[in-house]
Amino acid sequence: MSLTLAEVEHIAELARLALSDQEKARFCEQLSDILEYAARLQALDTTSIPPTASVLPERSVLRADEAHPGLPVQELLRNAPKIEAGQFCVPPVLELD
Amino acid sequence: MNTITGLTLSQLVHGLRTGDFSSREAVQAYLEQIERLEPNLHAFISLAPEQALAQADIADSRLAAWRKSGENPIPPLLGVPMAIKDVLCVAGLRCTAGSRILENFIPPFSATAVERLLEAGIIVLGKTNTDEFAMGSSTENSGYWVTHNPWNLERVPGGSSGGSAAAVAADMAPAALGSDTGGSIRQPAAFCGISGIKPTYGRVSRYGLIAYGSSLDCVGAFARQVSDVALIYSLIAGHDERDATSMDYPKPQVNLNGKDLKGLRVGIPDEYFIAGIQAEVEASVREAIQVLQTLGAAVERVSLPHTEYALPVYYLIAPAEASANLARFDGIRYEPRSEAESMWGVFYRTRGERFGAEVKRRIMLGTYALSAGYYDAYYGQAQKVRTLIKTDFEQAFEKVDLIAAPVAPSTAFPIGRHSDDPLAMYLEDIFTLPANLAGVPGLVFPVGFDANGLPVGMQLMGPHFGEDILFKAGHAYQQVTDWHQRKPPLIDKAFT
Repeated sequence: MSLTLAEVEHIAELARLALSDQEKARFCEQLSDILEYAARLQALDTTSIPPTASVLPERSVLRADEAHPGLPVQELLRNAPKIEAGQFCVPPVLELD
Repeated sequence: MNTITGLTLSQLVHGLRTGDFSSREAVQAYLEQIERLEPNLHAFISLAPEQALAQADIADSRLAAWRKSGENPIPPLLGVPMAIKDVLCVAGLRCTAGSRILENFIPPFSATAVERLLEAGIIVLGKTNTDEFAMGSSTENSGYWVTHNPWNLERVPGGSSGGSAAAVAADMAPAALGSDTGGSIRQPAAFCGISGIKPTYGRVSRYGLIAYGSSLDCVGAFARQVSDVALIYSLIAGHDERDATSMDYPKPQVNLNGKDLKGLRVGIPDEYFIAGIQAEVEASVREAIQVLQTLGAAVERVSLPHTEYALPVYYLIAPAEASANLARFDGIRYEPRSEAESMWGVFYRTRGERFGAEVKRRIMLGTYALSAGYYDAYYGQAQKVRTLIKTDFEQAFEKVDLIAAPVAPSTAFPIGRHSDDPLAMYLEDIFTLPANLAGVPGLVFPVGFDANGLPVGMQLMGPHFGEDILFKAGHAYQQVTDWHQRKPPLIDKAFT
């Protein structure tokens, strides 16, 4: 299993990671090694085996539908780089040109 | 020799109650020990000396009132200092998760495990170093600095909870909280010669734990001896409605009475005693198993046939979950932000500039394993093999009460050994990953030393919610051995 540079760039884009050329080259090699190691899982026949997403017994977790006071908005916004009018402030989402 | 910092957690509780020393004196003694050894060890990311001393004064007045009146029971750990791994939120105290992307984060709330200990009376000394977002086996991946092993400063303390383990081993705290996603409590406990528990998945609330791999993450504890680990476990375990994965089980009753292990069936898994394991590690673990036998336990061989697949399963599932969990760190809700003209630019730059290499590697790996066209082959197949690993344990626990095994193939390795080879670093985790994948508890305690004077640990794994059996066996072992009382020579040297 060998990843191409183009694949690494595609994954980095999906993951929203800006990578340097050096990082891309290194990840190309290292991720290929790791995926090659992981390929040994393909040798196991798992056709009749159900997947495990959680080791806990399947159950619905519900709690009473009651209102409780939450943390104050100001407290929650305290860690934000920019706030405006009690909200997170973000750069333009749609680029206008 | 500093007498207070040399005490165990329970001795400290006793001394505070009888008034042998005050909580202020205890906090001061630990802060001095930290000041003395921290330049060599780098076990902490943040310290909270002023808050700790202020809380100590409050604890002292409560203790004094209690001694006077003798009425109203006081909280079990009133006035006891502790260290907290920096992936668990403590309200008002900076929490970095070992990452530069959270270098200014002040949590407005405390993790449930922390909150329960605060209610039990503890005082937080500081936040301990960790591999960034708990991703690592050596604490070398911290975005801040490398923690050194108190037994040998050129060796790693293990990871990712290396700061907590080093702090307890060096008497900088009598106990500490950690987290364990693939061995991050057990392996550093072994490397630093102390005791630690990774509880059953779902036993301790993860509310306020910065998430890494949500189907695997567990909050647990370190202390010098098993009985103290059991005490902390009994205080943090139990249902929490703020964590939907915390199980609604009764609070644990930990009964450590006696050292008679008659009737206990101990399984020895062939797959954990393989070629390549350090000879002294195998010898010490086998000797420790004999000790359990002399205490009355019956020993038999068991097989966990899918053990060799735990590594590839873990390194697909954990990164996949991490890639989703870490999507929230994008420069919008938490400082710092790398500015750019568009929102997408902020995401790319903030994440690209502030995540470290290992975190990026795992996000990339997880994103790939979950991406269209590869999901079934990687993530899907890993989840199916996880079922096989879990079934191995279920079948073994039909025959035995617990499983005894090495924690890692070797003792603490030199700093820098695996810095260019992530796969080699991952291989350090082969004996700890299966318990996380199966969700079973694991207890580690010291059982010897190698020729270089580095500690060797043993792990006992039990069935789901079987922590009490592990504690009973570990405590019995420590009543007839003294490995857990040995301390790194650096502790005394620092005082001369």
